[in-house]
Amino acid sequence: MTKLSSTQIAWRAAQDITDGAYVNLGIGFPEMVAKFQPPGRQAIFHTENGILGFGEAPAPGTEDWDLINAGKKAVTIKPGTAFFHHADSFAMVRGGHLDVAILGAYEVAENGDLANWSTGPKGVPAVGGAMDLVHGAKRVAVITDHVTKDGKPKLVQQCSLPLTGVGCVTRVYTSLAVVDIQDGHFVLREKLASMSFDELQSLTGATLHRDGDVADLTVPEL
Amino acid sequence: MDKTLPDLAAAVAGIEDGMTVMIGGFGGSGAPIELIHALIDRYLATGHPKNLTVVNNNAGNGHVGLAALIEQGMVAKLICSFPRSADPRVFTELYLAGKIELELVPQGTLAERIRAGGAGIPAFYTPTSYGTDLAKGKPVEEFEGRAYVQERWLKADYALVKADQGDKLGNLTYRMAARNFGPLMCMAAQTAIVQVSELVEPGAIDPETVVTPGIFVQGLVEVSNPAQEEDLNRANAAYPEVAA
Repeated sequence: MTKLSSTQIAWRAAQDITDGAYVNLGIGFPEMVAKFQPPGRQAIFHTENGILGFGEAPAPGTEDWDLINAGKKAVTIKPGTAFFHHADSFAMVRGGHLDVAILGAYEVAENGDLANWSTGPKGVPAVGGAMDLVHGAKRVAVITDHVTKDGKPKLVQQCSLPLTGVGCVTRVYTSLAVVDIQDGHFVLREKLASMSFDELQSLTGATLHRDGDVADLTVPEL
Repeated sequence: MDKTLPDLAAAVAGIEDGMTVMIGGFGGSGAPIELIHALIDRYLATGHPKNLTVVNNNAGNGHVGLAALIEQGMVAKLICSFPRSADPRVFTELYLAGKIELELVPQGTLAERIRAGGAGIPAFYTPTSYGTDLAKGKPVEEFEGRAYVQERWLKADYALVKADQGDKLGNLTYRMAARNFGPLMCMAAQTAIVQVSELVEPGAIDPETVVTPGIFVQGLVEVSNPAQEEDLNRANAAYPEVAA
C-alpha cells in the first residue's frame, strides 16, 4: 500500500502554518514539522518549558543544557527569542494565545476526542503538557499514521484508550488523508490519488463525510 | 539584611522528615544539583530527612540529582507531570514495586497549582483534564458554556531552586530556560532556598531585570559553575560516587 512517510506527513502539516503563527509542536514526531515551513513564512515556536521563538538544534558538542525544549533536546536562541516561567508558558497555552498545536495520537474520535498520553494502566503513567495543549490553541491538529502498526484504524468512532482531551482536535493529517473534524464528523478534505474513497473508508473506523470536492493529497519526495 | 547562608549543608539543614519539598528544574535545566546532593549528604550522615513529598516536573534521570534522592529512599511521594526520562530506572523500579507514591498532574496544572499556592489562591478552574482520568473526583463547573475542572493550590515547606545571579536580599535572575518552575516554587514555599551561580551585592542586578523579587527568597548559597545534570549523565556519574 502506498502511504506517506512520517516526514511527508510533517511536510503536509507544515503547509497550513501561516506566517507569524505561534505554534507548539508536541515532542517527538511533531517536532519534524518545523523543518518544512514554506519559504517566506516564519512561524514562532513555543515550547512548554519556557521559550518562544527558539531556533534549530545546535551542532553536537555546542549544546547549552539550560537551553532545551520540552523534549529535553538542546535548541538555540535567535533574534526575538523570549524566556518565561512555567505559569506564563501555560497561560500562553490555556489562554488561547497559540494559533496551532500539532500533536501525535494513538486514537482520534470523530467528535474530536484525542487519546495520546496513555496506553492503559500498565507501567508508569506520564502526561506532561498534552492535556493542557489540547485546550486553548486555536487549532489543535494531529499528525499520525492512518492505521496502527497492526492495521487497526486510528480514526475511530470512540476512543478506547484514556482520553487526553474531549472534542479538541480540529484537523488530522494522516499517511493517507487530510481529515477535518466538524460537528462531530470526520470530513475528508484530501486523500492520496492512488487510493479510492472506499479503500480509505475501509481503513477508517468511522464514517468519512464529504463536503464538496476531495483534493488529491500531493506531497514531494522527501 | 543578608540572606546568604554559609554553605550547602546549612542551606538544607532545616528540611525535616515528612516535609514537602519543591525542587526546581525541568529535566536537567534548572535542577539544583548541588542542593540536592547536600540533602543526600545529610541523609547519609544522619538518616534524615526521609519520607519527603517532592514536587518536580519529572522523576529524575540517571543516578544524580533528583534520581539520586529517590534512589536513597528519601522520597515517599512524588508530585510530577512526566516521570519519564532518558534513564528513568530509579523511579520506575520503586514505583512498580509500590515503594513510592505518584500524583500525576498535567504540566500546566502543576505550574498553576504552585503559582496559586504562592499567590494565596486556594483553588482555580482549568479546562485541562476535563473528561479524562486525571479529573476523576474533582468538581466541574461550567463557565460561558464550557466545562472546567477545579484544581487546588500546592504549597511546600521548602523549595530548592537554582538561579543565575542573586543578591543578598534574594533578588534573582535565571539563565535561559533554566527559569522554568523556579519563580513559582520560590513563591509557594514557606522557605525558599536558592543556589545562585553568582552572588552579588544589592544594586548589582538592574531592578528591571529581577525575575524573582527577594521577598520570595529566604536563603541563598553561592555555587559557582554548577553541575549540569545532562553532563553528569553523559559521564555516567552517580551520587554518591561509587568506587569503580
